[in-house]
Amino acid sequence: MLKEVSGKVLLLPLAFLEEVGNITRLALYVLYWAVRPPYRFGQLLAALSFIGVGSVFIVGLTGVFTGGVIALQSYQGFRSFRAEGMVGAMVGLSLTRELGPVFSALMVSSRAGSAMATELGTMRVTDQIDAMATMAVNPVQYLIVPRVLATTIILPALAMLFNIVGMLGAWLVSVYLLDIDQGVFISRLRYLVEPDDLFGGLFKAAVFGFILSIIACYKGYYASGGAAGVGQATTKAVVYSAVSILVVDYFLTSLML
Amino acid sequence: MENKDYIRIVDLVKSYGDNHVLRGVNMVVDRGVTNVIIGGSGAGKTVLLKHVIGLEKPDSGHVIVDGADITVMNDVELEDIRRKFGMVFQFGALFDSMSLFENVAFPLREHLSLKPGELRERVMKMLGLLGLEDAWDRFPGDLSGGMRKRGGVARALIMEPDILIYDEPTTGLDPLAARNVDRLIAETAERFRVTSLVITHDMATCYGVGQRVSLLHQGVIQISGSIDDLAASDDPVVRQFLASSGVKAGEVESLLPV
Repeated sequence: MLKEVSGKVLLLPLAFLEEVGNITRLALYVLYWAVRPPYRFGQLLAALSFIGVGSVFIVGLTGVFTGGVIALQSYQGFRSFRAEGMVGAMVGLSLTRELGPVFSALMVSSRAGSAMATELGTMRVTDQIDAMATMAVNPVQYLIVPRVLATTIILPALAMLFNIVGMLGAWLVSVYLLDIDQGVFISRLRYLVEPDDLFGGLFKAAVFGFILSIIACYKGYYASGGAAGVGQATTKAVVYSAVSILVVDYFLTSLML
Repeated sequence: MENKDYIRIVDLVKSYGDNHVLRGVNMVVDRGVTNVIIGGSGAGKTVLLKHVIGLEKPDSGHVIVDGADITVMNDVELEDIRRKFGMVFQFGALFDSMSLFENVAFPLREHLSLKPGELRERVMKMLGLLGLEDAWDRFPGDLSGGMRKRGGVARALIMEPDILIYDEPTTGLDPLAARNVDRLIAETAERFRVTSLVITHDMATCYGVGQRVSLLHQGVIQISGSIDDLAASDDPVVRQFLASSGVKAGEVESLLPV
């Protein structure tokens, strides 16, 4: 009885460790195939266009509202001790350090990550991946490497876009809605936000890009069980990516501070 | 001097946990003829096939392709072997992100650096041979099941493989369409002079195209030989399989129009 219960209790962390191990193995495999020729620039450009250019609108839209709402909220807080001028700096620090990289990664994960998992999953269950392998083309190199590279390269750019548009949103809300002095807003921002805040955030964005694309590709690539299996793979890809982004964010930040 | 056997499988064993799928498969695939591996569901056909093309590694045993043992090869070495294979999947497995033309051109683009004109000529010629020249710019989603299958054959043949492998070619087709596929297999073997390996559970296909037939049953090859050898066998498993398939040799021939 005790053995049975302890067996079941142990099963969960074991399954988790197995999954982490498999994803790590795929990540190493991707790095190995990324440096081997042929280099598929066409595939990379297509992935950059889909993941990067295709996400500009959604990242911009969420960015402007996120910046705006942080301005609103921090204004309420700062007003109680007459420090309304700090709103700009507050938004700037939040965006560059956390919200830019994390939110843009979450948006890319739900838009492009889910699409990658579905596409690869469908290719898997309809034998297209096996077909590619039998034509002596390595599917990891052809399908996964460009997607992972593209996401890792483009996510810092999207995070930067998020920062800029978010700042714009905060500025609009602060200056036109909350009547904060424009000069104070800008000077506090310039005084308190350092280049390191920005670069640290963009570095995190690249890490998130790598993690979310590896997880999405892993789930899709090893999908099984027809249409239902692909659906499950997509759901898990998005959930696992989101959780991983937030967990990794904590540890990465604690290391960088 | 080339060996008569193109692929030799020696004592191939594979288990997934407690599920012993292959329990020591021994068989040969003869060069230049149409070989059929027949077996019921769960006999281990797909697993055997994945070993033949090197997508799976066995627990023990060997798969020798054209004199080279592929079970000890890594992915990079396997790529050279795989160029000898043309694989036709159950539903064609065409890439749905590409047009039919791009699908057939895919292996050429990957492995040869042809001029655009030459590439176009070779692809269109292959599509023409399979009656698909008018559909070159259509996507797999817009093609009928039979056209997709022929597209798969075209893509498999374009690199002029030594051996063409069909995975369950008639599954999910109505009997008439299935006999059309049988004819496609026979004609392709004749026209392109390739060795063929057909993996199926369809006894009619087996009678229709098989020149050498191997019956896979519970992870071992029960019998291997010509159709007549199979029909004449006293082995209870073989007799049972023939009886339950409900097809007699004479009836099958009448299904195949000349």
